Amino acid sequence: MATTTQADTSRRKDSLRIGTHTLASRLIVGTGKYASYELMSAALAASGTDCITVAVRRERLIDSRGQNILDFIDTSRYTLLPNTAGCFTADDAVRVARLGREILLGLENAGADWVKLEVLGDTKTLLPDPVATLEATEKLVALGIHVLCYTSDDPIAARRLKQAGATSVMPAGSPIGSGQGILNPNAIRICLEYLKQDDPDYPVIVDAGVGTASDVTIAMELGVDGVLLNTGIAHAADPLQMALAMKAAVEAGRLAYRSGRIPKKLYATASSPETGTIAPKPR
Amino acid sequence: MNILVNGDKHDVPEGTTIAQLLSRLDVPARAVAVEVNLEVIPRARHAEHLLREADRLEVVSLVGGG
Repeated sequence: MATTTQADTSRRKDSLRIGTHTLASRLIVGTGKYASYELMSAALAASGTDCITVAVRRERLIDSRGQNILDFIDTSRYTLLPNTAGCFTADDAVRVARLGREILLGLENAGADWVKLEVLGDTKTLLPDPVATLEATEKLVALGIHVLCYTSDDPIAARRLKQAGATSVMPAGSPIGSGQGILNPNAIRICLEYLKQDDPDYPVIVDAGVGTASDVTIAMELGVDGVLLNTGIAHAADPLQMALAMKAAVEAGRLAYRSGRIPKKLYATASSPETGTIAPKPR
Repeated sequence: MNILVNGDKHDVPEGTTIAQLLSRLDVPARAVAVEVNLEVIPRARHAEHLLREADRLEVVSLVGGG
C-alpha cells in the first residue's frame, strides 16, 4: 500500500510546466472538427486535459446568433491556448496572436500570455514555413507573448526557435491531421537532446500527426513533455472512448519513460531461475 | 461614411464608435477582439474610439481549432 501511495504522489507532482503555466495533464487537446460542441465538451472532459487550443476567426456578422464555442467551455476549468492556424506569413500570425490575446484578456483566462504559433508553408502539406516561423517567433517574443512553436521535426530548426526565445518547441510527429503517428522518432530524439541540453526542464511537446493511443505513448516514451492532438480524438468513430484512450496513453508513456525501460537485446533472458529445474537442458 | 468590416462594406454615420458599431451589427461584445487598420483596439477603448472613413476593421472571436 505504501508503495502505491508513493507512486500516486509522485504522479501527482509530475506536472507539466510551460512558461508561467503548470498543467496537471500532459495532454493538450484541440477543440476543432467535433461533430457538435456537446461532443467536444464531453470529449475534453474525458481526456483529462486542463489545456485546450482554440482558433481565432472572423465573427460571423450575418448570423451571429449561432452557437458560440464559449457556451460549451468552462473557461475557469481550462487554460485556453489560442493558435495562429491558417496564417501563412509572420505578420498575419503576429496579428492573430495579438487578437487572440485581446479576446483571452476579456475572458480573464490565464492563456492570455501565450500562443500556439503556426505559420504554414502551403495548404497541401500544412508544414510550417521555417523562415516565417522564426521571424514570427522573434516578433512575438519582443511583444512579450510566450510562444509555443509548431515546427517540423528538424532539430536545427528546433534549436533556432529556442534560441529565438520560444517558450516551448513543438515538433510535429507527422503532418497535421494525417494520423501517421511519429514518423521519425530519431529526429524527435535529436530535437530532445538539443533542446534539453543544459536545460532539462525545457518543455518539448509533440504537436500534430497523432492517430491513436500508441502514437501518444511512443512520443511520451521518447521523453517529450506532452502531446498536443485534435483530429485523433475528434474524428475517431467514438471520440469519447478515444479521449479516454489518449488519457491513458499519455500517462502510460510518461510512466514508462520515467521508469527507464530495459535495453533491447538480440537474444532471450529467462525470467525464471535457470538452476534447479527437473528437466535437463537441451545441448 | 464607408468602412470595411471583415472584408464587407458598411455605411455608418459619422462619429460612430467601435462600441456603437458592434451594437449595430448585433455582435455580442463578450469575447470579440477588434482590429482597426491592423491595430488591436482594447475593449476598454471601444466606447471612445471613433471610426473614420475607409477604416478597415476585423472583428474576431474564438472557434474550435487545433
